[in-house]
Amino acid sequence: MEAIRDTSLVRRTGVLPRRSGCRLSLRRAALDWAAHRFSASTAVVAAVLVIGIGVALLARSRPLLDVYSLRELLLGQVWLPSQGLFGFAPFIAGSLVVTAVAMALAVAPAILSGIYLAEYVTARTRTALKPVIDLLVGIPSVVYGLWGVLFIVPLVRDHLSPWADRTLGQSIPFFSRTNPSGYGLLAAGFVLAVMVFPLIAAVTEEVMRSVPREMREALLSLGATRWETTKAIVRHAGLPGILAAIVLGFSRAFGETLAVMMTVGNVARMPRSIFDPAYPLPALIANNYGEMMSVPLYESALMSAALFLLVVVVVFNAGARLAVERLVRKGAA
Amino acid sequence: MSRRRRRKAEEKLFTWLMRLSLLGAACVLGLILFTIFWRGVGALSWEMISQTPQGGFYLGKGGGILNAIVGSLYLGAGATLLALCIAVPVVLYLHTYAADSRIRNGVRLALDIMWGIPSIVYGAFGFSLMVFLGLRASLLAGIITLALVVLPILARTLDEVVEMTPRQLREATLALGATRFEWMGVLLRQSIPGLVTAILLAFGRGIGDAASVLFTAGYTDNMPQSLLRPVASLPLAVFFQLSTPFPEVQARAYASALVLTVLILVISLLAHLSMARLGRHVIR
Repeated sequence: MEAIRDTSLVRRTGVLPRRSGCRLSLRRAALDWAAHRFSASTAVVAAVLVIGIGVALLARSRPLLDVYSLRELLLGQVWLPSQGLFGFAPFIAGSLVVTAVAMALAVAPAILSGIYLAEYVTARTRTALKPVIDLLVGIPSVVYGLWGVLFIVPLVRDHLSPWADRTLGQSIPFFSRTNPSGYGLLAAGFVLAVMVFPLIAAVTEEVMRSVPREMREALLSLGATRWETTKAIVRHAGLPGILAAIVLGFSRAFGETLAVMMTVGNVARMPRSIFDPAYPLPALIANNYGEMMSVPLYESALMSAALFLLVVVVVFNAGARLAVERLVRKGAA
Repeated sequence: MSRRRRRKAEEKLFTWLMRLSLLGAACVLGLILFTIFWRGVGALSWEMISQTPQGGFYLGKGGGILNAIVGSLYLGAGATLLALCIAVPVVLYLHTYAADSRIRNGVRLALDIMWGIPSIVYGAFGFSLMVFLGLRASLLAGIITLALVVLPILARTLDEVVEMTPRQLREATLALGATRFEWMGVLLRQSIPGLVTAILLAFGRGIGDAASVLFTAGYTDNMPQSLLRPVASLPLAVFFQLSTPFPEVQARAYASALVLTVLILVISLLAHLSMARLGRHVIR
């Protein structure tokens, strides 16, 4: 017994054998029982919170869903709450297009960065580069939005949109300059791209690092270059994980509110050009909170929008996380 | 070109593309910080951070954003504390009582999904909860909503830290006759550095989040006085000042954003240091 008491492990963990007997005192047994019940109930609370949020939002959107069919709401083009018209189509389209622009800009560099951090650098360089990703994650949404207003919007207004209009816009309407203000899909998409970049890069890195070392060694010993090794690893082991990273980035971008709202222009119209202003769903919810109490069904409509966001994001997230987990477990085994 | 040279060229090309994309990200980060500092410093003054808004503040008259700074700190701290009360037992439960069960994966998945839910959805949920409970926009409602936002961050970060405690520690602890509750204590002691980091990360996120407090915490020009009164927050201060048409007030938005960014940077730095410094006493 004395020998055990002296080991540093026991001293540092604070656990000491109290008596030589093995019977638990009543007090310890009771504490153990209470801790078990309490911590288990907090875990249950955490696990059912998501369902609770869904149920609460569903309950608040019922008044609207009872009156209109899902088809009318999702495909309706006109949004005039005061006249009882609740068409979500322009908002859903706005959300989808701005997210698509962001993904188009962010996915390739983010995946390349993630692969670089996982495959190409030493542990030391990695610790030096990692703060770039961490800081980008940490910057608040509103600061991104302000940066968009101060830097990206003028850039789009004065340089990108005139240039695109001169070159591509004449033949492809998607690039024609429809809006002189600069606030629009491209500006918001660019800001969003910077926001989802660190997320995609971090997940890609994690996925690539979970691939067993032996696979790399086997390929390299056969004379493959590093990039060929990477390609083979991505093809045979990493692809589902990288797809999951993209899906996670997509759902983050889909729900982002403030930064988008500040740069996208907020005009409820089907977007036709990349310079058009749009009005994504989160901005709709955030902008109309003040006045919603006065119009019937307005609150319910905004809650339906939140419910829609929740459903999309939860489905995407659950799918992606399950894919990553499966992959990481396979890699660990 | 020979095959060998083509392969080498491809290797070079992609290595440079990767470096370029990381360099691009670093440049954008620098650009963001530079833009915020450069525009913010001009409008920043002692008055800005030491006074509450005076009459006509939003028309360009005197005053500052002390109410928003203090309000954000209250919101962030309250939400982190509240989330801590749930996150710590949950994580310890996952590693002790539920150590070898499938509940663990289920709870982790739920937390991961919660991490992905946009804060505007939490805001809408918090609002419907407020209506249900008969609360008005207040510090309390803001704290509850924000706690939901930071809970998954806190829990999953802590979870990863506890996961890294060596397996032998568990065996040693249980072999000495400790109950699982006492084992919880051991795990908690081992993960204090990680806990501090997780708290700082959650606090930073809580300060910076705007969409969730937009409807639940409201906004006011007064200092926070009571849990049941509305409270101002920094991100919303930036947002509201920016949406006025007056250049002087917009300049204040830049200064407010600078204050917010500096706060976040300091918190990130502390999180980074805490991990390195406090980690010295942990058995690995």
